[in-house]
Amino acid sequence: MRTILHRGLTLAAASVLVIAAAACGGGSSGTPGVTASTVVVGTHQPLTGPASPGYSKISVATKAYFDHVNAHGGVHGRKITYRVMDDGYNPANTQQVVRKLVLSDRVFAVLNGLGTPTHTGVLDFLKTNRVPDLFVASGSRSWNQPAKYPTTFGFNPDYTVEGKILATYIKGNLPNRKVCFFGQADDFGRDALAGVRQVLGAGTIATRQSYVPTNTDVAPQLSTLKAAGCQVVVSATVPGFTALAVATAARLGFRPQWVVSNVGGDKTTLAARLGAAGAPLLDGLVSAGYLPAVDEPANPWTVQFRKIAEEYAPDLEFDGNVIYGMSVGYLFVQALQAAGRDLTRTSIVDAVTANGFTGPGMVPLRFSAGDHSGYGGLRVNRVTGGKQAYVGPVYVTDDRSGPVREYTEAAPTPPANAIPVG
Amino acid sequence: MERFVFLTLDGLARGAVYAAFGLALVLIWRGTRVVNFAQGALAVASAYLAYTVTGATGSYWWGLVAALAGGLALGALVELLVMRWAGRAGPLEPVIAALGLVLLIQALLGMVYGNDFHPVDTPFARTALTVRGFDLVSPYDLFVLGAVLTVMLLLAVLFGRTKTGLRMRAAAFAPEVSRLLGVRVGRVLTLGWALAAAVGALAAMLVIPTELGLHPTAMDLVFVSGFTAAVVGGLDSPVGAVVGGLGVGVVLSYVGGYLGSDATPVAVLLLLLTVLLLRPGGLFSTVQARRV
Amino acid sequence: MARVGLRHLTVTIAGASALVGLTYLLDPFRNYQLATAAAYLCATAGLTLLIGLNGQVSLGHGALMATGAYTVALLPSGMLLLSVAAAVLVATLAGAVVGVAAARLRGPYLAGVTLAVTMVVPAVTTMADAVFHGDQGLSVAAPPAPLWVAPERWQAWQAIAAAAVTLFVLANLLRSRFGREWRAVRDDEVAAQLAGIPVARTQVLAFVVSAACAGLGGAMFAVLAQSVSPSTFSLTLSLYLLLAVVVGGLGSLAGAAWGALLLVLLPDAIHSVTDGLPLGPDLAQRLTGNLPLAVFGLTLVLVVLAVPGGLQGLLVRAVRRLR
Repeated sequence: MRTILHRGLTLAAASVLVIAAAACGGGSSGTPGVTASTVVVGTHQPLTGPASPGYSKISVATKAYFDHVNAHGGVHGRKITYRVMDDGYNPANTQQVVRKLVLSDRVFAVLNGLGTPTHTGVLDFLKTNRVPDLFVASGSRSWNQPAKYPTTFGFNPDYTVEGKILATYIKGNLPNRKVCFFGQADDFGRDALAGVRQVLGAGTIATRQSYVPTNTDVAPQLSTLKAAGCQVVVSATVPGFTALAVATAARLGFRPQWVVSNVGGDKTTLAARLGAAGAPLLDGLVSAGYLPAVDEPANPWTVQFRKIAEEYAPDLEFDGNVIYGMSVGYLFVQALQAAGRDLTRTSIVDAVTANGFTGPGMVPLRFSAGDHSGYGGLRVNRVTGGKQAYVGPVYVTDDRSGPVREYTEAAPTPPANAIPVG
Repeated sequence: MERFVFLTLDGLARGAVYAAFGLALVLIWRGTRVVNFAQGALAVASAYLAYTVTGATGSYWWGLVAALAGGLALGALVELLVMRWAGRAGPLEPVIAALGLVLLIQALLGMVYGNDFHPVDTPFARTALTVRGFDLVSPYDLFVLGAVLTVMLLLAVLFGRTKTGLRMRAAAFAPEVSRLLGVRVGRVLTLGWALAAAVGALAAMLVIPTELGLHPTAMDLVFVSGFTAAVVGGLDSPVGAVVGGLGVGVVLSYVGGYLGSDATPVAVLLLLLTVLLLRPGGLFSTVQARRV
Repeated sequence: MARVGLRHLTVTIAGASALVGLTYLLDPFRNYQLATAAAYLCATAGLTLLIGLNGQVSLGHGALMATGAYTVALLPSGMLLLSVAAAVLVATLAGAVVGVAAARLRGPYLAGVTLAVTMVVPAVTTMADAVFHGDQGLSVAAPPAPLWVAPERWQAWQAIAAAAVTLFVLANLLRSRFGREWRAVRDDEVAAQLAGIPVARTQVLAFVVSAACAGLGGAMFAVLAQSVSPSTFSLTLSLYLLLAVVVGGLGSLAGAAWGALLLVLLPDAIHSVTDGLPLGPDLAQRLTGNLPLAVFGLTLVLVVLAVPGGLQGLLVRAVRRLR
């Protein structure tokens, strides 16, 4: 009898709790997340957890940029609200927070969702609910499937694109050297390697080593690379592991020419990781980028973004992640403007597909009806005397077997206040 | 051959850290029959304190002192406020309370310092000294080995030759009798926790510079290896903890070096299981369970 | 004996029906939360019996959930029921292996071994990279909901069904000879052995049963999240499960339900609180991820020290005082 009473009480109390916690869902009156004066977008980011270093700044920077735009009247009279949810780089959390954003907070779109494993899990959900999934923060090719996921668009250059371009640099500037590969044991590493091999030739990368983010002991892999006599190491690593690899290799007396993916090649982030003693190890490091660099004081975009960061996020250390976050914000504002006053989910997807955007990126965006991939090229940079500066031409290519071509058009200058003109 | 020597020495250096951690666990076990699952979190908190002090003063050594002092204080605090009460209920409660503390401490550190990885500098170079073309051991590794050995000796002297040590041993094995003989058992227990936390803090200071950096969860894996070290050696035996630690370090180094670094957690588990199944009390155990 | 079983069946069916009815009152997000809570409940129910009734502390139930989840991910998507059944089977086997190895271990030794088991999950997914896809994980293609049901409601029904089955089986086990043997071994191992209870076998059985429940919970996780990856089943998950059963009330199935609800609702509630505060972006970001963890940890410590019976214990005492 008592058991039934207890059980019944439990069920009743539980039901009351859940109902009480249930928000008034409310029917949809018009486009979700859009009113005459506001537009609400959401994102999932690793604010905590092992992937958070560096990446946790991106959403702060994007929000700062939106605050700047809002202070100047917003877009078509609408102020942008950016709801940032932490998923700790854990796909299960991503499921929860994205559902909360879409079903409960009723955001207009998901912007810049970060991470390949995390975002892959929500693609189907976003498609079923027809939510615009814009500018995913990852170079995986999964976001470039226009037929399967018509509302999903990438932003970062694909890892294969980057692999091809880095290999082109190696071919032209580091001929006749033994080239090896050190990469993350997932799509990031695999796609990058595929790109490198496409340009250098299938048989050239004799020694390949991989790591997993959960294991910080990379000494065994690096001593294998050292023993193989590698002179150039192409490194598809996230920032924490780039720093770890460079430092560990130095300890082992192994100093190859590092050629690092843009994902883990930001000098400011790496220098912060290595500390004052280790920063000289970065000299000579080759990486790539497609956005304005921190160490380009003359670049008008860098100047503008720095000003915005100082005003709206003064505690933020200005590095490549901040420029990235603001560039994403800039592109989103352009898309909002192009979508028009009558803002609907369809109109923004159409606006992105129509493309024509120029902005901080030095290469064109590849958005079209048949391509949702994002930026289509990079420029190689090199750390010299503690400064990371671009060298050589800008390259564009695709993530299949197309050739790597030089891109010679000049980078656009920012409009006044770094707010796109609609 | 060269690789073998390198891996052995590298493993010994790592193992020294596990030995220190294992020592801390043994200290608390002998004092209170509780495995301190919060050892790693306390150690990391002390390391963060050192980070702040080093940042303010520019000196690694002041940071180290701060870490040890902080460890003493934190250990005492945890015992007085939490563990003393948790232990009264039963054997399960201290474990659960300690795990709650882990969540709390890691979250507080994240709130105060953020979840970025902060790189930590070492007082000595980490480049391996080369003898006749062989990469041997680095000055920093020698420092680690030396520090752990010093701590071991100090603890041995404390327990073996001083009155305080005698009181601590008495309080551990026969608390009621000790009370009757005038030993302030509560105070002794607090001292035990304080010392253990300080040793754990030292272990954290030694190992964190060799990893990705200072982060609230930096000591989680070290805890598992340290626990394995303590269990392998026998939770009752300080010597066992040291031998166990060095052994675990060397074994993991070989596994990582020859089989790949992915295999190391599996190796830890297998090692733990093997020792526990063959000699449940650990390699150096003296207390045997009576089988009915 | 049969009367008890029938009573349990009635309660289970009534409860499940009530919850199904509830899904019509809730909006899709709350239905998803309900589904998640029900999936957690499968795992916490088994764990609370293992720790509370049998006295074995396991920190490895996250890993056992992982075995269930990965099984579902690796099997073809057509027959969900078969995949879930296979997941339970695989988790049971894994539980048997760990349980047998750990049968002679007590207290902290068992906790430490299960801790090591949890650490192995990411390593295994990376070592057998071709199968498990390492850190990236696998996607789970669950059969879509029938057309006449909203997807989140369908997910909630599936999870409620799993939880109902789990609770029914466990409630019956509790009242049976097995339940008595588990309690006997927890209370006094030597006396139990003298009374003729095979201690090692009892321990293994308790572990295996809780592993099967964890496997079912993991399978539901996979179906709900439509993806599996090692970071989902980390040490943090095992600690959360422990938190849930202790705060809910160790050894009580109702307590397991409270704990499962807590795991789902508490982070949400804390987000609402922090959202309302006017904070700078940096501070807000640091709080967002860490405040729920801090509250969890503090709650766990306070409950262990002050409220050993957990929420269910409080409720029982309140009910008693009302009489």
